[in-house]
Amino acid sequence: MAAAGRRRREDHQVRFTPYLFIAPFFLLFVVTGLFPLLYTGYVSLFSWGLVDDAPSFVGLANYAELLGDERLGSAAVNTLSIFLLATGPQLVAAVVLAALLDAAPRGATGWRVAVLAPTAMSAVAVGVVFANLFGPRYGLVNEVLGALGLGAVDWQANRFGSHLVVAAMVNWRWTGYNALVVLAAMRAIPPSVHEAAIVDGAGRLRRFWHVTLPMLRPTLLFVVVTSTIGGLQVFTEPKLLDPQPGSANGGASGQFQTVALYLYQSAFETQRLGYASAVAWVLLVAVGALAWANYRLTRRLAGPDR
Amino acid sequence: MGELPADPAAGGPRPVRTWVYGLLVAFVAGSLFPFCWAVLVGDQAAVSAVPLAPGGHFLANARRVFDTVPFWRALGNSALVAGTVTVSTVLFASLAGFAFARVRFPGRDRLFAFVVATMAVPTQLGVIPLYLAMAELGWAGGPQAVIVPNLVTALGVFWMRQYTVAAVPAELVDAARVDGCSLPRVYWHVCLPAVRPALASLGMFTFMASWNDFLWPLVVLDADHPTVQLALERLQSGHYVDYPLVLAGATLATVPVLVVFAVLGRRSVDGVALG
Repeated sequence: MAAAGRRRREDHQVRFTPYLFIAPFFLLFVVTGLFPLLYTGYVSLFSWGLVDDAPSFVGLANYAELLGDERLGSAAVNTLSIFLLATGPQLVAAVVLAALLDAAPRGATGWRVAVLAPTAMSAVAVGVVFANLFGPRYGLVNEVLGALGLGAVDWQANRFGSHLVVAAMVNWRWTGYNALVVLAAMRAIPPSVHEAAIVDGAGRLRRFWHVTLPMLRPTLLFVVVTSTIGGLQVFTEPKLLDPQPGSANGGASGQFQTVALYLYQSAFETQRLGYASAVAWVLLVAVGALAWANYRLTRRLAGPDR
Repeated sequence: MGELPADPAAGGPRPVRTWVYGLLVAFVAGSLFPFCWAVLVGDQAAVSAVPLAPGGHFLANARRVFDTVPFWRALGNSALVAGTVTVSTVLFASLAGFAFARVRFPGRDRLFAFVVATMAVPTQLGVIPLYLAMAELGWAGGPQAVIVPNLVTALGVFWMRQYTVAAVPAELVDAARVDGCSLPRVYWHVCLPAVRPALASLGMFTFMASWNDFLWPLVVLDADHPTVQLALERLQSGHYVDYPLVLAGATLATVPVLVVFAVLGRRSVDGVALG
């Protein structure tokens, strides 16, 4: 009797224990991740001030307003431009770096720790260091350009120039990390695949192009999708490029203001939470759509399923 | 790089290999240059031209950092936030990872698929309601507002689950269960010792991410409770930027992470390979 009772209690425990183990993540995600995201949609239907006790319902007025918002349009263009300047070159550099690391057996750990080091520096620190390097006065980059006989560029004032600087910050910080992700996938390719290609007389470059790259497809897909999700939300780097106190302007004429910066400015500087929430929802949809498009495109480009 | 040993496994004639090392050195130099640059500029008395040599003023500049912004308090706050977040993420992620990897229960695969799907959700876009909630709770301004939403991440759960599948044999868990070992005991005595390397690398990345976080602390913390990143941003904001001061601050803000990184660097490299 007693044994059977204990048995039942244990079964009962076993049935619930695994759910207890996974509960912290689900609770936290629902309360601090999913719910706020959905509630953003609700807030976007109101005119809602930062210290407002009586938000008033305005329906889709915030969305109607953002359709004609030139500032938002400009921010969207800036974000896309920075995203393209960051993701493309970074992906190529990461694959090249991974191939180099794969080919260099000497001091493997040392190389890898060195290329991973930039991830340890915060986006804020990267922002201030690069703002200095690309500074209009006493900036190293302009000095080098001058020494080469080229004219100095006002990197902050020039729209395209400022996008290049922000993309350089993102690329510097993440290329090494992505290279290590790609390297792990390269190392996971069975040697027999390469050996078969060697027997068929394929050279190094042909093997890289026709064997390694196709087999890296899922990993490259992962890297592209994660950098899309991150790239469309770029905030810290452009914020640090503009040293004006307490400003999320993204430059004197908003030349490098991203959508995330505009969202922050609308919510916590202009204090229009409803409008900022509408911007957040549009950005959310854009992130989802672009990540999906990326996923489809990379699959197609990498060839048919095998 | 000197003479390289012939490596038949890697193949290729020597000129190609030298070229590989040359490019690698260039990549590494590019990786490390901004660190060196921060120290170099942070060592100058004042910037009137591009500095080419050490200036011997780093300690003076560092002292000015502590005088200009509440840097000690920022360090304490960041240590509290990043420390708490790291310990709880490692604990909760390893618990969930163990359950997903080595315990059979109804709905397990679907719930895990949900975890994977949430990794792609840009929860950062929910800052506005999250801020309203924190204000409602009276938490806005203080460190708990930064700690609580970051107690565990989907990436951490995914990471620990993958590692547990590889490192903890199912037979071992089953044998312990047959011997009458309860699930919490199996987790503690069988699973945890086997996944220690993953705990170290997850801990390191969590610490780094938390120490370096900017947007949410900027939104929710008040001026009296800055983290290191907020203090650094405050140093830089002004119409005139004192670069030796700011880059000395950037160096000071990076050193704690670099120390953790240097200690656990090897493991973290393995960690990326896993993720």
